[in-house]
Amino acid sequence: MTEHAQDQEGAQGGGHGHAEPNYFGVIIALTVLTVVELAVVFMPLSRFAIGAMLVILAFTKAIIVAMYFMHLKFEKRTLAIIAGTPIVLCIMLLFALLPDSDPAKVKKPATATPAPASAPHS
Amino acid sequence: MEHVVEPAESPLTPESWGKLGMWIFLAADAMSFGGLLAGYGALRYSSWNWPDPKKELGISLTAFMTFLLIVSSFTMVKALSAMRRGDRKNAQLFLLLTILGGASFLGLQAREWTHLIHEGMTIHGNPWGSSLFGTTFYILTGFHGCHVLGGVIYLSVILIQTTRMKVGYNEVEIVGLYWHFVDLIWILVFTFVYLI
Repeated sequence: MTEHAQDQEGAQGGGHGHAEPNYFGVIIALTVLTVVELAVVFMPLSRFAIGAMLVILAFTKAIIVAMYFMHLKFEKRTLAIIAGTPIVLCIMLLFALLPDSDPAKVKKPATATPAPASAPHS
Repeated sequence: MEHVVEPAESPLTPESWGKLGMWIFLAADAMSFGGLLAGYGALRYSSWNWPDPKKELGISLTAFMTFLLIVSSFTMVKALSAMRRGDRKNAQLFLLLTILGGASFLGLQAREWTHLIHEGMTIHGNPWGSSLFGTTFYILTGFHGCHVLGGVIYLSVILIQTTRMKVGYNEVEIVGLYWHFVDLIWILVFTFVYLI
C-alpha cells in the first residue's frame, strides 16, 4: 500500500513536492564551519570573543541542519514555531538560573589549605 | 449520500500524522537536552576550578566524530531521495551506510570514555578540577549516546521493514528527522562541552 504514496507525489499539493536542496553543498558548508570552529578555538583572542564566535557558529550549523536536512525550510510556518519553542524556553531557563550561578557568590576554599588528614567528623 | 467522512488530515504536515508526531517528540526531546545544557552552563559558570575541556578531553577524535555524524546525515538524506525516486535498492544501501556511521560513532565514543576513565575522570571526580566537570560530561554525552544507540536500532528496524516492503517514503522521512536531530544536538554538545 505504501508504494502508492510514492506515485501520488505532489498530487496532494503539500508534502515532499518541494525541490530537493543541494545536499552536497550543505555537507560541505557544515564541514567548513566545523573546521572554522576548530580554528577559532586556537585563535589568540579573549575567552569571551572565542566563546561568542563558537556559539554563533554552532547555532548556524544547527539551523542549517534543521532547515535543509530536516526540511524545516519547506514546512509550514507553524511547524517551525513549534520547533523553535525549545530554544526560547531554554534561553529563559538560562536567565532563571543566572542569579544562582553568580561566580561572585561562590566560596573558594582558602588557598593552600589541604584537607585535614584526620578522619572527618561524620 | 454526500456525507463521506474523509480521514482527518494532519494540520501542519499534510503528508502524514507520524511526521507531526515526530516533530512534537523532537521539540520535547530538545527541551530535555536544553535543560541539561542550561544546567551544565550554570554549574560551569559558577565554578572557579573548571578544567579546560579542550586540553583534558582532546578534540581531534571528537571533531572526527562530528564529521562522522554530519556524513551520516548526508547518507540519510540520500536514502530519502532514493526512496522518493522509488529506488529501494539505493535507499537500503544509504540506510545501511547511515547505520554504520552511527555504530562507528558509538564505538569511538566507547573508546573515548574508556580512555577518560583510565585517566581518572569519573562521574564523581577527576584529577584536573571541579568534580562536576566529569558529572556533566558523562551525563550530556551519555544522554546523547543513548539517542544515537536508539537511532541505530530505529534505523535498523526501518531498513529491515524497507526490504520487506512494509514501509515507504513517509517512514523513512520520519526516521530521518530523528537522525538529523541527533546530529543537530551533537553539534551543540560538541561546541559547548568540548570547544568552549
